[in-house]
Amino acid sequence: MTRADLLRAGRINAPEEDEAKRAVFTSRLEKLVNWGRKNSLWPMPLGTACCAIELMATVGPRYDMARFGAEALRFSPRQSDVMIVAGTIAKKMAPVAKRIYDQMPNPKWVIAMGACASSGGMFRSYPTVQGVDEIVPVDLYVPGCPPRPEALLLALMSLQKRIEMETFSGR
Amino acid sequence: MQVRRHQITWWERIYIPAIVRALAITLRHLFGRKVTMQYPEERWQFPEYFRGFPGLVRDQMDRVKCVACYLCEWVCPPKAIHIEAGELPAGSNVEKEPRVFEIDMLRCINCGYCEEVCPEQAIFMTKEFEFVAPTRGELVFGKEKLLEMGGVISDPIMKWANK
Repeated sequence: MTRADLLRAGRINAPEEDEAKRAVFTSRLEKLVNWGRKNSLWPMPLGTACCAIELMATVGPRYDMARFGAEALRFSPRQSDVMIVAGTIAKKMAPVAKRIYDQMPNPKWVIAMGACASSGGMFRSYPTVQGVDEIVPVDLYVPGCPPRPEALLLALMSLQKRIEMETFSGR
Repeated sequence: MQVRRHQITWWERIYIPAIVRALAITLRHLFGRKVTMQYPEERWQFPEYFRGFPGLVRDQMDRVKCVACYLCEWVCPPKAIHIEAGELPAGSNVEKEPRVFEIDMLRCINCGYCEEVCPEQAIFMTKEFEFVAPTRGELVFGKEKLLEMGGVISDPIMKWANK
């Protein structure tokens, strides 16, 4: 197919259309908004097990998640951006976790922290959800039982990198 | 029994002394010893006994020490290890080697049983613990990745070399 055919079929955009998509204003706004989002990620701690202890250590002065703008742990899903699932999600907890995720306003991200939240871990049994991705979409998995605070900080940093790449239309 | 409630005085009720005391604590910490570890640049010093994630090792003759005995797969509490044995050609000192050796790092609970149970000292808990991935499949580490993590441990006995 020639370029003209592709253009007629709507497979590619006309040059002026491309130019419009690359317009300075939207791209800059996107960047600004992403910059704002990535530097003020307020976590929603869904701490159901021992990983929550490491999560607390991460927020504490030694590892200090505040350096990445994520110090304000909101226990209300309405005020939070990233849900950190720290701990085993039992079958009975699953609807609660789902509801908490649904209550969070967009844009929202999910970090599955630790073995249990990511895959069920050592609880290969019917009362445990085998990975929190069965109920909510997970952006990042952090292995470890529990992961050290450094690993969680690494996850936060890679989430920030991902947010930088996001576009308004892509979400 | 009657509990005497503490009556709040006027001095306490205006809260200003309490705020001043709290700010004094904040100010003291501002000039005190810094405790925050600047993570990506500064790293924690591991003690000798720190257990990260398991990795496979080679000996100094570049041989994969694992002989696919399945003991680690059997002992692993979350069943994170998956081994498929392959046969070695006749004439070599060992019968089997792992054709597939996978550890699902999302299942692994860093318990160290695999290291403890291994009769060939082929699997060790490495000092690596920071992995992040957007999918679950990326954290199932195959043989190459595990060997890279484990590195080389020189074996003074050389059990299979002189037989």
